[in-house]
Amino acid sequence: MTRYIISRLFMAVPVIFGVLFITFALARVIPGDPCRAILGEKATDAVCEKFIREKGLDQPIPVQFAVYLKEIAQGDFGTSFRTKQAVTEMIVERLPQTIELTIAAMIFASFFGVLLGMIAAYWANSKVDVAVMIGANIGVSMPVFWLGLMLAYVFALLLKDTPLWLPPSGRLSSGITVENLTLLWGLEPGHALYGVVSFISNLVILNALITGNWTALGDAIKHLILPAIALGTIPMSIIARMTRSSLLEVLGLDYIRTARAKGLREIWVIFRHAMSNAMLPVVTVIGLSLGSLLSGAVLTETIFGLSGVGRIMYDSITARDYGVVQGFVVVIALIYLLANLAVDLSYAVLDPRIRLD
Amino acid sequence: MAPSGLLIRKIDEIMPRGSSLWADTLRNIVHRRSAIVGAVMLFFLIVTAVFAPLIATHNPEMVLLGVENVKRRSPPCIHLLGCPSDQPQHLMGVDGNVRDFFSRMVYGSRLSLQIGFSTVSFAIVVGGLLIGAVSGYVGGWVDNLLMRIMDVILAFPYLLLAIAIVTVLGPGLINALLAIGIVSIPIYARVMRSSVLSIKQMDFVLADRAIGVPPARILFRRIMPNALTPLIVQGTLGIATAILDAAALSFLGLGAQPPTPEWGLMLSEERNQVFTAPHLVFFPGFAIMLTVLSFNLLGDGLRDALDPRLRHR
Repeated sequence: MTRYIISRLFMAVPVIFGVLFITFALARVIPGDPCRAILGEKATDAVCEKFIREKGLDQPIPVQFAVYLKEIAQGDFGTSFRTKQAVTEMIVERLPQTIELTIAAMIFASFFGVLLGMIAAYWANSKVDVAVMIGANIGVSMPVFWLGLMLAYVFALLLKDTPLWLPPSGRLSSGITVENLTLLWGLEPGHALYGVVSFISNLVILNALITGNWTALGDAIKHLILPAIALGTIPMSIIARMTRSSLLEVLGLDYIRTARAKGLREIWVIFRHAMSNAMLPVVTVIGLSLGSLLSGAVLTETIFGLSGVGRIMYDSITARDYGVVQGFVVVIALIYLLANLAVDLSYAVLDPRIRLD
Repeated sequence: MAPSGLLIRKIDEIMPRGSSLWADTLRNIVHRRSAIVGAVMLFFLIVTAVFAPLIATHNPEMVLLGVENVKRRSPPCIHLLGCPSDQPQHLMGVDGNVRDFFSRMVYGSRLSLQIGFSTVSFAIVVGGLLIGAVSGYVGGWVDNLLMRIMDVILAFPYLLLAIAIVTVLGPGLINALLAIGIVSIPIYARVMRSSVLSIKQMDFVLADRAIGVPPARILFRRIMPNALTPLIVQGTLGIATAILDAAALSFLGLGAQPPTPEWGLMLSEERNQVFTAPHLVFFPGFAIMLTVLSFNLLGDGLRDALDPRLRHR
């Protein structure tokens, strides 16, 4: 197992190198002058020359790439041209929002997807099954941004003044705040755990749980429901379809008949015997949907006024803020690679016949 | 099921069972209800696109300010449904620039279909027919290199990569399509590669090689026709994804530019009015959904009909 993990991590190295190269190259071939894009159209030639020299943009491209690799190896993603903020700092600030949104969407998609898929498979070819499958087909065809806007319209406007009302934007209602954990625990910026703690501090739900701030917890969850549904609907539909077909296949096998014949309760047959074998392809789909969730996050964050990774990526790409784009892309690609590794490792847990070496 | 039963009998009459792959395929497709539903929806969409000038009630780009007595973003007015007859009729209301929304929606169907077909054709030719086929047939370091490049493309969330490519090329519909095409190359390359790999091992290819048929001829004339099926299935499903992605890019302002009647852009232009004029957001999104749904249904049906091995995946 350990050997497998190590070899998989080694296999990821060329891919990561490729990702670094592509982000670097894309940022360099973007037409337009980075200096005037950042300092404004009125920047004089002298000012621009100084700017380009300071940022090392006058160096040959291979030199720039080498410098860039060295900095990344040291955990330094540079600073934003626009805001002068360190990219690492921005990641600590923005990534938690997207993680919260993605996890919420993932929970929604997996729970309802597996549930609906099980219902459809158990009553296969019934009206319930047909209805679930029609719903799943519509679900995968839904534009994320449209679904988000329609949900906002229904839950924030039509259901106003009812208990079902949900906020259409933001993370917390105005007036509700969570404590900054670094201040609470008296950590200085130089402290080894400072970055980690501020990262946790920005995960609003976790933060509210730690500090026992139940008002903020409820409020944060309320704000997360609509974006999570909008983002999770496509993966949910895919998971439902996969669960149905995988479970149907397993339910036709002999050992299920044996289990039923020896008088096991139906619920036990489904959950203990059938689902444990049917979950393998489902887990793959859940893991693979992470990529589409990160893509969908750009659209969801735009609609629900969230300033997470998706939003900052979009803003930085259009503003040619090289450093920020590179930093975030590397982080996202790493998360994606690790998620795929986790999926492969989970096979061994779910199916003891699979040996990973 | 009566109409499809009739259809099957008709097919049986024209082409007896087992006579050709296409006849069998057609028979299989007709058996799949979802494929029929998808095909019918698609048929209506194509009719709308082809006869757009006849169906549209107004010029899609004409500003009606001063021409008619209508207000900006007024809701749909249909005389048959009780809208007072002294008001001009607008089936889907009027948009923020006082243009007839229904006519814009009708013309939008043209773009949507063009977007779907052009991006997927590009990705199939470059990804499937070039990269995938060569990778699978040649093998060795060429295969390794090409597949690692595909891995790198797949390591990005596709929409972010598409956004990055459009930024490099500059916003616009054509560039957005190119970006989506590039991002979807790996899918077709992988599908084609795996079918070429399995067909390469078959006896008829060995026979060809033994009698000295040139490699390029074996690849393009003997292997490829046999490897096309999964590519066609993937392509139909890919059109659905491409339409969604193009709409997303237009929604972000990177695709079609105003005043083009493109559904994603139309939705984006009115998205801040969702609380005051929800019809202007509802219709374009609904149309995108129906279009994508028709390709998804047809693609699923095609997959079941053409490739029984892939059933239930």
